[in-house]
This record gives sequence, structure tokens and C-alpha cells, in this order.
Amino acid sequence: MPVAGNPYQDDRGNKDRSIANPQGAGEIVHRKGGKARPSEAGGAFLIGDAMTGGYGKGPDILHDCTIAVNQGEIAVIVGPNGAGKSTAMKAVFGMLDLRQGSVRLDGQDISDLSPQDRVVQGMGFVPQTNNIFTSMTVEENLEMGAFIRRDDFRETMAQVYDLFPILKEKRRQPAGELSGGQRQQVAVGRALMTKPKVLMLDEPTAGVSPIVMDELFDRIIEVARTGIPILMVEQNARQALEIADKGFVLVQGRNAYSGTGRDLLDDPEVRKSFLGG
Amino acid sequence: MEFLNAFVALSNYVLIPGIAYGSQLALGALGVTLIYGILRFSNFAHGDTMAFGAMVTILVTWWMQAQGISFGVLPTALLALPFGILGTMVLLVVTDRVVYRFYRQQKAKPVILVIVSLGVMFIMNGIVRFIIGPDDQNFADGARFIISARDFKAWSGLDEGLALRTSQGITVITAVVVVVALFWFLNKTRTGKSMRAYSDNEDLALLSGINPERVVTYTWLIIAALTTVAGVLYGLDKSFKPFTYFQLLLPIFAAAIVGGLGSPLGAIAGGFVIAFSEVTITYAWKKVLGYLMPEGLEPDGLVQLLSTDYKFAVSFVILLIVLLFKPTGLFKGKSV
Repeated sequence: MPVAGNPYQDDRGNKDRSIANPQGAGEIVHRKGGKARPSEAGGAFLIGDAMTGGYGKGPDILHDCTIAVNQGEIAVIVGPNGAGKSTAMKAVFGMLDLRQGSVRLDGQDISDLSPQDRVVQGMGFVPQTNNIFTSMTVEENLEMGAFIRRDDFRETMAQVYDLFPILKEKRRQPAGELSGGQRQQVAVGRALMTKPKVLMLDEPTAGVSPIVMDELFDRIIEVARTGIPILMVEQNARQALEIADKGFVLVQGRNAYSGTGRDLLDDPEVRKSFLGG
Repeated sequence: MEFLNAFVALSNYVLIPGIAYGSQLALGALGVTLIYGILRFSNFAHGDTMAFGAMVTILVTWWMQAQGISFGVLPTALLALPFGILGTMVLLVVTDRVVYRFYRQQKAKPVILVIVSLGVMFIMNGIVRFIIGPDDQNFADGARFIISARDFKAWSGLDEGLALRTSQGITVITAVVVVVALFWFLNKTRTGKSMRAYSDNEDLALLSGINPERVVTYTWLIIAALTTVAGVLYGLDKSFKPFTYFQLLLPIFAAAIVGGLGSPLGAIAGGFVIAFSEVTITYAWKKVLGYLMPEGLEPDGLVQLLSTDYKFAVSFVILLIVLLFKPTGLFKGKSV
């Protein structure tokens, strides 16, 4: 995230692309993280517990916010625009400075880890935008997903192709030439290549047609059936809650409601304020 | 006969020098394009990095010559080249650690890095002049010609001679080897693919477990090899003078932009476009036209469009035309 007031991040209005190339530049600050510690606190398989924090030195966006997902479950974060849904997800992934609270995965406290170390620990993350390597082929995208693996990953690739048959067909094509729904499949496939312990999806259905959206949800359920817990942020609250084992409704960076997907769908308060009656 | 003579003269004065110069520019432009694509800024220190690499190679060459080590008919500089590359690698990696890394950690905008590279350019320029001096240095040895003009005339019976200098032959062969190796590396190896991934999408590369610092280091190592090879080949073919390398920056950038910044194939094509434009426009066509034109119509003047002193104007004009009419370059690089 650009930090306000950092003079190095002021490009003085330069638009001259013959000397500067902003394309693909990253926003995640490369920081050296700490180590994971064993934790006694218990709780869910992956839990962002009572998180408070914001970007850099900016104001707090999350306030005592808790997100959790258990093995074999789908957990969904919903809420109105600007509620901090994506921010909560990024906080769990370590892209945010937490001032309070902790993140624990599989009995380890990973609050101090940098995002790249969390990938090694088994977290797969699919960002909302720019989530594929557009200039590389589908197969190269998957290979890059498996970058941290030194073993033979052909089997995992075959599994991904089984899950998303269209990708196998298009594996020699640059990923940037695919349709929106296919791109999302590449993005999820790339994240699956590490064999993650938990998969985090930031609005996987943003900007795709309703038909493609249904198909994507089906695929996500299939992924969950293979035993990978899934934590996802969704705009389409109703559909997401229908497939969710657990739902978190955030409002202004705070937990407003949480419960099983069914409970939230049946809760008159939630229905009235978020699901349109 | 007339036609053959014209063709030989053309080859001797335009084609062969153009191909050699084009290969040198292509190697330089490849480096510029790699830095632009992966590190995301235009590296103004490129010419002076070439000078540094050539300088280290020259110093090692002189030492080898003093020790009586030679490479037979080939120039000793080829033996010294690996040492030059190593020296440049050290220089670039140290520069990165001391200078560029700070800006990377600050997430500095590319335009800031451009200005930083300008500073680095002055420092490198100073280092090179301080060590080897601003004058012309000669370090070529071994056989001078692969084909000499006299032998060619005797063999072919033509009036025109064709000379192929050793340095020109070496330039083209080395350039081809380096380019093939680079493309293979970028497209087939795990590290090469990780560099392309980082160039494409830095954040996603990070999320895939690619270590950005390592990608950057590998990039500088490759740049060190490319610049040193380009610098030494240029020095062998023409001569080594630090200021000339600084001036090479313009045709090299022109080549990279003509080809399309960020596109390695484009850099090669751009190198040859610039080289041939420069050579054909500054060449005096009197001789070739003299053979080709019908009797009585031969030109009296030199038919030289531009004096060689103005050769940089050629790169400049091509650069302008490309930026005005096809800003993405010939090979659809990132739009400029």
C-alpha cells in the first residue's frame, strides 16, 4: 500500500513510459518476518483472532475482528461495501500491520510471519485482481504456483486439470487471453499448486456473469470436498452464505454477526440489513 | 561483374559493419529491455556499465599479454572476458545492495529509480576514467582478418575487396550464442520463468513464494554478462574509450524503444534497425552507385547523406518517429 507522505512514492506526475515502467509493480512491502511460534490458544484451524490494525501508519480499519475457518469447511466473509472484508482477509495473510490480536494456523502463532513465509506455511491466497500472470501460459502459471515445491508436482497439476478441464485444453495459451471465468480458474489453480493447508479467495466471482458465477461456486465446493478449508470474501452474500458452513458479517471493520451460513440466512436482522429482505 | 563489384563494396562497407554494430547494439538493448521489464526503470548507467566491464577485461587482457598468455589467432580479450564478467557482477550486485535496494524497500516510483541510475552512471563513469583514464585504449591482438581484402581480390578476381575482420566475426558469433542462451534461460528454466513472473506481476510472484530479492540479483548478474560482452565486443571492433560508451546510450535506448521496451526480440530487431540506419545514412554511396549507374550518370559527389559526425542524429530521429507513430515499438512492447 502506498504510504502517504513518502517522497519516494511521489512520481512527480511522470507519465513517460519510455523511462519508467509501472506495469506489474507490486504493493506488498517486502519485509523480513519473524518466526512462527507454537500456540496454546487453540481455536479453529485458521483463525485471525481479535485483529485490530490498518495499513502502515494509517488509521485502524479493523477493530477487534475475528475470522476463523475449520478443517473441511467453507467460511465466508460478507458485509456492505467498505466494511473491511478484503482488509480482514489481507490481515490474516499478513499484508497489514496488526496492532492487536493474533493469527494462528494449525496450532502455530504466525502473526509475525511475512506473507511469503505464510505461503510456505501452507496458506494459498488468491487476490481479487491481478491474480494471474497474464503474459505467461496457463501451464507456466501453474508452474509458478508450485515454485516453492522442490518435489515432483505433476500429480498436483493433473488434479488441477481434473478440477478445471478447460485449463488443460488451454494450457499452452497465454493466461491473459482467457475469459474472466477462466482466468479465475487459473488463479485458483495456481494457488492450489502449493498443496495449501487452507485456501483464501478474495471475491472470486467479482466481474463474472451469473452463469459463470454459479459454475465457479460449484468448483469451489469441489475444492472444499477435497479437504481444503476455504476462507472467502464475497459480494454475492446470499449465494455465498448458501454454500458456507460458517459466515461472518462485518460492518465497519467489526464483527456484526457470525454463525453458520444457514443461521445467518435465517436471521431476520441479517436478512433485513444485508440480504435485501 | 559491375553488379558483383557493387554488391561486394556494399557488403564490405555497409552490410558487414552494420551486422557487427547491430549485434553490439542488440546486446546492449537486450540489457536495457531486461532492466526495464524486470526492475521497471530505464537504466542510464548501462553504457558506463559496459565501459566498466570492458575496462576490467582490458586490464586482465594486458596482464595476460604480459604473462605471455595468448589465445592463438583469437584475441586474448576472449580469455579475459569471464574475469570481466565476474568483476562487473561484483560491481552491479554491490551497487544494488548499497543503492537500489533502499529504493526498492521504499517502494519508490520507477521515475525515482531512473534518476538514481543517473547518479550511478556518473559514479561508474568516474570510476572507469579514474582507473584506466579517458583516452583510447588498444587491446586487440591475434589475427586481424578472417578474410583480407587482398586475398579476396586474388581469389575472386573482382576489383573490389571484401574484408571480414576477426572482431566482426567474433561479434556476430558471440551475439548469437548469448542471445540463444538468454532466450533459453528465460523460457525454459525455473529461475528464468520466475524472472518473467516477477516482471509480469510482482505481488503475485511474491504470493507464489518467489523471492523478489533473488530475482533482482539474478537480473543484475545477467545484465553484468550482457553489458560486459557488449562492451568488449564494441571495444574489439572499434576501440575502447570511456566517453564513447557513454554516447552509446542513445543508440542503445533507441534500439530498445524501436523494438518495443520490455520485448527481448524487439531489442534485437531494434539494434539492427538502428545500426543499419546509421551506417547507410552516413555511408558515402559514390562507389556502389558508380558500379550500378549507367555510364555517364555516375555521381560526382560522395552521395553521403550525413557526415559520420552526425550519426547520433540518426538514432534520435528514428526514436522520434517511433515515439510519434508507433509508441509500442515494432514488437508490441509495453506501450511507451
